[in-house]
Amino acid sequence: MALAPGDNATLFSAGAASTLRLIVYLAAAVVLMILDHRGHYLQTVRGHASLLIEPLYRLAALPGDAARATRTAVASQTALAAENRELREALLLAQARLNRAGALAAQNERLQDLLEAQKSLGLSVQMASLLDIDIDPARRRIVINRGAQQGVSVGQPVIDASGIMGQVVEVLPNTAVVMLLTDPNHAIPVTIERTGLRTIAYGDKDARDLLELSNIPTSADVKVGDKLISSGLGGRFPAGFPVGEIRDVRNDDTGMFATALATPAAAISRSSEVLLLHDLPQPYGPVQPQVDASAPPGADAAAAEPAQPEPTP
Amino acid sequence: MNRLRAQSWLFAGTVLLAMLLQLMPLPAPLLQIKPYWLALVLIYWAIETPDRVGLGFAFLLGLAGDVLAGQLLGEHALRLTVLAFIVLRFRARLRFFPVWQQTLAVFALLLNDRIVVMMVRGFSGEAMPPPAFWLSPPVGAALWPFVFILLDDLRARLRGREA
Repeated sequence: MALAPGDNATLFSAGAASTLRLIVYLAAAVVLMILDHRGHYLQTVRGHASLLIEPLYRLAALPGDAARATRTAVASQTALAAENRELREALLLAQARLNRAGALAAQNERLQDLLEAQKSLGLSVQMASLLDIDIDPARRRIVINRGAQQGVSVGQPVIDASGIMGQVVEVLPNTAVVMLLTDPNHAIPVTIERTGLRTIAYGDKDARDLLELSNIPTSADVKVGDKLISSGLGGRFPAGFPVGEIRDVRNDDTGMFATALATPAAAISRSSEVLLLHDLPQPYGPVQPQVDASAPPGADAAAAEPAQPEPTP
Repeated sequence: MNRLRAQSWLFAGTVLLAMLLQLMPLPAPLLQIKPYWLALVLIYWAIETPDRVGLGFAFLLGLAGDVLAGQLLGEHALRLTVLAFIVLRFRARLRFFPVWQQTLAVFALLLNDRIVVMMVRGFSGEAMPPPAFWLSPPVGAALWPFVFILLDDLRARLRGREA
């Protein structure tokens, strides 16, 4: 070693770093290691020294523990927030699924009703779904997902499980527009079931989703709760279908006639599946001069949709 | 007398602190580069107070380290003894080195220590350590100036209070 002469003598404490001692200590260490390697005495020594070691361990672990504690305190805040958000999303999703399941059940019920209606009617019908509700308050029209390509033609009555909804007024290749009974421009010949009084139910001009029976003779027997059924006059609608129920009767402004308001029997604003009737009933009215398969027969004045031109060619 | 006692407290405190730091749990990525605190403290005291720190003390400190670490009895003892021997041999120079040169010397010492560890592990048939094993000496050397200045300052304060 490149030690300056005298280094040992002057600056080192006597023999502190003598090679001999080094060798002794190294030998001791090596012997210890070999013994421990063979016999694993260290575990025993540690067992005896545990009283001394463990406090040291605890002490050494303190900062780490504190750090971990603060980390969990801080991290758990964000983690909790994230978890909360996730749970809320999951809840929303579950709620949506539940609603969807409920909607499916309701739809199932409605479809079954429709099926039953179809079966009991023995009619050739075509089912259609609502595409969009035309919420223009002045016009009560809906769009269905069947059109000319599916054989829909203008004038076809549209019913749902509980009654007549309206009629097709416009046919597009794959969709059709249905004028509802409650459209102000719509009129349907009806009979009051109880008395057999024939009259016409117009759409409600005030957009209340009601039917209006105007110009009823004051002498006529019309009561609240009377059922309206289609009379079949005019030939557009089949006879005997529920149309509505009288809910209000009063004299009109002139005092010469009575006016009644009726609630539609069909779930006008709730149905999402409708039936299109194909086989039109035998017209009660005068026979159509020309027979055309595409045109609905019996378009006399009492029949519906005064605003709509007849599609006779 | 009082002064000596204060010095003794400081000495014992630093040794204890070194043990604690040696044991202190660290995040897994930092675990590999944990500096050899015992060695740093031992080097300091060997340079400054060789009358207190001889090979015997190094050996005992190493044994304590072994007991704490629980790996192989005698491993730390061997390492620290070697370290103390070299420091004591070159104490005269190390003591008057500027800090940066001291740092280099400490780096060499710690590197040597790693080689000793490798030898011990090789003889005892353990697997070779990962590459991160070699990151400990630079970290220890980088910490050396702080350790040195801090301990020197503490000692100076103690001395100043006494005086």
